[in-house]
Amino acid sequence: MSRKIKSISIYLVRVVTLLIAVSVICFALVSLSPIDPMLAYIQANPGVSEENIARMEEFWGVNDPPAERYLKWGSALLHGDFGVSKIFRRPVIEIIGTRFAATLALMLAAWIFSGVFGFAIGCLMGMFNGRPLDSVVKRICLIMCSVPTFWIGLVFLIVFSVWLGWFPFGMSVPVGVAPENVTILQRLRHLILPALTLSFLSFANVALHTREKLVEVLHSDYVLFAKARGESNLSVLRRHGLRNILIPAVTMQFSSFSELFGGSVIAENIFSYPGLGAAASAAGLQSDIPLLLGITLFSVVFVFAGNAIANALYVLIDPRTTEGGK
Amino acid sequence: MSRRVMTIALIAAIVIIIAGVYIAGAAMNDASADFSQKSLSPSWEHPFGTDLLGRDMLTRTIKGLSLSLFVGLTASGVSAIIALIIGVCAAFGRGVIDHFVNWLIDLTMGIPHTLLVILISIAAGRGWRGLLIGIIFTHWTGLARIIRGEVLQIRSNHYIAAARKFGRSGWWIMSRHIVPHMLPQFFIGLILMFPHAIMHESGLTFLGFGMPPEQPAIGIILSEAMRYLSSGMWWLAIFPGLALVIMVVLIDKLGECVKLLLDPVSAQE
Repeated sequence: MSRKIKSISIYLVRVVTLLIAVSVICFALVSLSPIDPMLAYIQANPGVSEENIARMEEFWGVNDPPAERYLKWGSALLHGDFGVSKIFRRPVIEIIGTRFAATLALMLAAWIFSGVFGFAIGCLMGMFNGRPLDSVVKRICLIMCSVPTFWIGLVFLIVFSVWLGWFPFGMSVPVGVAPENVTILQRLRHLILPALTLSFLSFANVALHTREKLVEVLHSDYVLFAKARGESNLSVLRRHGLRNILIPAVTMQFSSFSELFGGSVIAENIFSYPGLGAAASAAGLQSDIPLLLGITLFSVVFVFAGNAIANALYVLIDPRTTEGGK
Repeated sequence: MSRRVMTIALIAAIVIIIAGVYIAGAAMNDASADFSQKSLSPSWEHPFGTDLLGRDMLTRTIKGLSLSLFVGLTASGVSAIIALIIGVCAAFGRGVIDHFVNWLIDLTMGIPHTLLVILISIAAGRGWRGLLIGIIFTHWTGLARIIRGEVLQIRSNHYIAAARKFGRSGWWIMSRHIVPHMLPQFFIGLILMFPHAIMHESGLTFLGFGMPPEQPAIGIILSEAMRYLSSGMWWLAIFPGLALVIMVVLIDKLGECVKLLLDPVSAQE
């Protein structure tokens, strides 16, 4: 038991040092930038008086040395103050709060879709290993791995929104409808295309990975023995296959949070979906430093949480990994 | 014909295609605007159609691909060299350096790549230079891990121990025994990194970071195309993206072929 506590505390220390390092690096990167935030702000809002510029310079601490600014920013962070976004003119923490709900819905839908269907297709390929069905589907999956997210998003828009007219053109709710009148069905309709786009890449990954593992299991001696006992293909899959391939697939899904977040930046931009990713790229383009830093830190916490769950699941589900740790 | 010859032929064919696209794109003049040829759908004269300014999309696509290939090759080349240096150092230094490198890899992988590239490109002052630096500093992690593992394995061989007993310096062992062993991994890693670099480049250009809007990069072409989707100009988006996908698939295939040739188990089949 004490060993477990020790390994958990080592892990926590690691996460905390990583988080501090991330905040230092992000801050350093932004400070290094030759883009002057004052200049950018004045250009975007012409007609600011000299007096106000001086006041704002003092307020933002533009002339303080970077280390001092970092300490100020860091201690504010610890108090839960992420600063105020320049483009939305609201506290960053508030923006992250409201937008994360939308992004979470999107990511969750994509995540479940790619997990469930990718796993099912992977099982199918593994069962038909070496036959035409397997090689065709495998080839499709390999090509899917090479398709950039932003292009497939455009293709989905062209085919399903413009040509077939099945789905709306973007946004998370219909235009011109008050937020309280939006039904769940409408929300779902607006979610499907972005979610499909986002799941496209990881879908192929999960399927190929599952296939590989299942083929490995099916070539093992205990499967040969099970077949010799007269078990059908389906019952071999159910009894021996699924249990062995489910853990790697689930952990893989949990450790893919980083790509999921990165993909959501692109998917949200294509479908003008009002989530965190769209806010991040808007912040980057318009030099809204507090918002960009806030979202980055938030995404890092999100990714680390995913990795931690993946690690914990490995230990919890797989009996072999717990045996030695008593 | 043996499989070896066929693989070599395939590699040659892919290299010729890629080099052809690159040279064609570099040598070609920019597609000129011609308002009499505005918004044409694909035909024999303009296989990819023309855009709102009457520019031939095929020309623009090839120019864009050529640009992507240049950025991708530079970024993955530098990134692979970084991975080689860091990976060898980690495995050779052991102890503190090894821990530090692992920590650094965790750090780089923990920040979603898209966001990290955005941050780095802002730090470097935007433009294609910022994008290039961003891609270089985010793609080395996977290869560095592989190289570290391989070096650790080679280190435990007897001939390394023998060389050490003969009084060879660590530097000598590293440059004569270890780095030559890493070269196949290095080249395969480089080629397989290439498509990722291209996809990230065009993705971020699409978002508005990186290439300036007057450059005919694939990302720029597609983000322009997005504005005219609802007017039914599908060819603006479909063909340039399809060309990019084909490029990426070809490079992936190239990487697999090289891997097949360099791996002693499959090389002589």
